[in-house]
Amino acid sequence: MRINKELVEYVAELSRIKLDESTTEKMIKELGAVIEYMGILNRLDTEGVEPMSHVFPITNVMREDIVIPSYDREEILGNAPARTDETLIVPITIE
Amino acid sequence: MYDILNMTALQLGSAIKKGEISSPEVVGMLFDAIEAKDKIINAYITLNREAATARAQEVQKKINSGELTSPLAGVPVAVKDNICTKGLKTSCASKILGDFTPPYNATVIERLEAAGVVIAGKLNMDEFAMGSTNETSYYGPVKNPWNTSRVSGGSSGGAAAAVAAREAVCALGSDTGGSIRQPASYCGVTGFKPTYGTVSRYGLIAYASSLDQIGPVARDVADCAAILNIICGHDSADSTSLDITHPDYLASLGGEVKGMKIGLPRECFEAGLDDDVAERVKAAAEALHSAGAVVDEVSLPFLDYMVPTYYIIACAEASSNLSRFDGVKYGIRGRNYDGLTDLYNTTRSEGFGDEVKKRILLGTFVLSSGYYDAYYRKALQVKAIIKNHFDAIFEKYDLIICPTSPRTAPRLGESLSDPLKMYLSDIFTASANIAGLPGLSVPCGFDREGLPVGMQIIGQRLDEVKVLRAGYAYQQLTSYHKTAPGGELK
Repeated sequence: MRINKELVEYVAELSRIKLDESTTEKMIKELGAVIEYMGILNRLDTEGVEPMSHVFPITNVMREDIVIPSYDREEILGNAPARTDETLIVPITIE
Repeated sequence: MYDILNMTALQLGSAIKKGEISSPEVVGMLFDAIEAKDKIINAYITLNREAATARAQEVQKKINSGELTSPLAGVPVAVKDNICTKGLKTSCASKILGDFTPPYNATVIERLEAAGVVIAGKLNMDEFAMGSTNETSYYGPVKNPWNTSRVSGGSSGGAAAAVAAREAVCALGSDTGGSIRQPASYCGVTGFKPTYGTVSRYGLIAYASSLDQIGPVARDVADCAAILNIICGHDSADSTSLDITHPDYLASLGGEVKGMKIGLPRECFEAGLDDDVAERVKAAAEALHSAGAVVDEVSLPFLDYMVPTYYIIACAEASSNLSRFDGVKYGIRGRNYDGLTDLYNTTRSEGFGDEVKKRILLGTFVLSSGYYDAYYRKALQVKAIIKNHFDAIFEKYDLIICPTSPRTAPRLGESLSDPLKMYLSDIFTASANIAGLPGLSVPCGFDREGLPVGMQIIGQRLDEVKVLRAGYAYQQLTSYHKTAPGGELK
């Protein structure tokens, strides 16, 4: 697997991360080395092995719909980088 | 006169209960120690001095009145900065979270507070727990108290260094691929990662949800068991926390190790292992043998696949978990942006450090169309193979013993130039996360340069009692865990 500039830029776009030129260069090099190293998994025959997400069998948990108080709005908005008295402020999402 | 800073959490709890010392006295002395040492060690990001002092007074009254009876009531604990503490800044050692102050407590914090434990402050770590040397922190590296030109290990580097430097009595860390055990090993303290699902992850800022687990870092195994007693148990806010009855871990420590069957994986002692580390860990196994345990060589043929499997799964989950940091709801927002998507891009580019960016890119890559089967699906298949192999070993053996890390603490700066080498320092610890097993690191001696070596004890899922008992028995035979870093810090 060859990691080139196009691939790094594509993955960065999917990740919503902007890379400057020197970081892009660094990522090509370092991601290339890591991904090449990960290739050693191909030495292992996994034909027919069921992929395992969790070591314990985990199923969805249902509960009764109980009405409990939510967080205070002021407490939640207190951490927002931009806000009005009642809401978060974001750029226009729909033209 | 008590040597308060060298006492264990249980000793302090007992002395406080007997009225020989008070919780406010302990808290006061601890903060004086932090003030004296932390300019050099850099183990803390945020100190909670004022609130902790008030809290210690309040707790002391409740201890005196008999309302609080936990063995750790009145004892201060320090907390890794990826565990949410209500009203106390929680940064994940990242720029992107800014001055984020959680409006709620993680479940583990609620449980500690209910037991009368006092939260002393928030500990430095690798950014978002991504790193094995504590050098990726936005707040600067943590230095190893045994030799300040060395790293503390990571990602719970602040926890291990603070406990070793007597800047913390005990601490909570988190472990995704070795992040409690490896720094505990580098700093000569005891660290325990419980079975996946033993401790609620509610309020732990997620790195890799299927691998993350909160656990104690302390002076000895008994303190780890006492902390585990408080923080374990089912939590309706974390559906992966196991709904089981937990034993009293502290009360179970004294049992026999005689007749316990211990496997020593031969692959762990082959190429790449430091000679001193090999020698100390073999000597430690021999000590358990002399206490009556049966020690045999076993085979762990999948050792070379642990690190790639771990990094594929961890980064895949991280790429999803970290999508929530977008500059909208909390944390910082990028400075100049044009529209919503650019707000995300700019915030994340300015807010994340390079290691975090790299792991998000890696995770996005292994999940992306065309590569998913070759990397992510493959890793989940290897995970199944690894788990089955451990299950087969544990049909015959009670425990596995190996080094916690292939070497002692590297020099500051050394690992950043060779990231792959840093990743390989997780080779012996990541397996316990992949298979969900409990893993303990206990100090077992020093290398030729006087740096601590750690022995790792791994057990079958939910066999914490055996793991802790073997570690406790070892600490009854040795005094490495009681040795404090000597000399002046420079």
